[in-house]
Amino acid sequence: MAKGLACKELVELITDYLEGMLPRRLRKRVEKHLAACDGCTGYVEQMRFMIEAAGRLTEESLPEPMKAELLHAFQDWRAG
Amino acid sequence: MLGTNQPRGDRELVAALLAGDETAFVTVVDTYGPAMLRLARMYVRTRAVAEEVVQEAWLGVLNGLKRFEGRSSLRTWIFRIVTNVAKTRGEREGRSVPFSSLGDDEPDGKAVDPDRFFPPDHESAGAWQFPPRSIGDVPEDRLLSQETLAVIDKAIEELPPAQRAVITMRDTQGLSSDEVCNVLDLTETNQRVLLHRARSKVRLALERYLEEGQA
Repeated sequence: MAKGLACKELVELITDYLEGMLPRRLRKRVEKHLAACDGCTGYVEQMRFMIEAAGRLTEESLPEPMKAELLHAFQDWRAG
Repeated sequence: MLGTNQPRGDRELVAALLAGDETAFVTVVDTYGPAMLRLARMYVRTRAVAEEVVQEAWLGVLNGLKRFEGRSSLRTWIFRIVTNVAKTRGEREGRSVPFSSLGDDEPDGKAVDPDRFFPPDHESAGAWQFPPRSIGDVPEDRLLSQETLAVIDKAIEELPPAQRAVITMRDTQGLSSDEVCNVLDLTETNQRVLLHRARSKVRLALERYLEEGQA
């Protein structure tokens, strides 16, 4: 574990880190910690995997009757 | 006048809709409908009311289409319309959501259970006592299974509405943080707090699932 930044603190910084929102010095500390800590590296791996997997989810589509109603509304709008 | 920020796809889509192209309409409904329903659910009580909100929002979209200037993406513009309709409806239901407070709905929420770290009196205080495993130790067929995706999907479904909306827009639909702030009238900080809470919980659900079936 890198000195100064505890694992417990790092997990709270991880979103800011992944969003590129950490000030440079703090980002350096996070990177240094990650280079030396398997637990936090595992944590970040899981987080990155989860984010990537969430991008592969397909969304439940709208119920068919609702889609049909919307199409009707579109046809009315087009006619009106 | 069309703005310069407008992606080419949006411009073509708007033109097709204005020309009355049903296929284009079905495409936008399929693409944005589910997210609109989820946004509506943040502000109103029931799924049925949320469906009405989405219907009303589409009328707003169609009636406003001629005035769409492309200052934001079509997606952001549509999402803002549904958010506004849902807010109005929610207020009428006496259920206004104080959005400024949404980032603080769980002030004590921790990304990780404190018991997984060594306690304050320990020489390694704050370091992992029970660290997460490396993804590399998980058999690939398990990691990449449909079941894993289903676990993530379910964990997202179970989040409080604002967290669910933010993580879905960011991670599933790929909106930028600026777009999400714009749609939900959130500050950048609140958006990040919601995303942090959401991602932390979904990661935990993933971890628990991956730990099952490992000796």
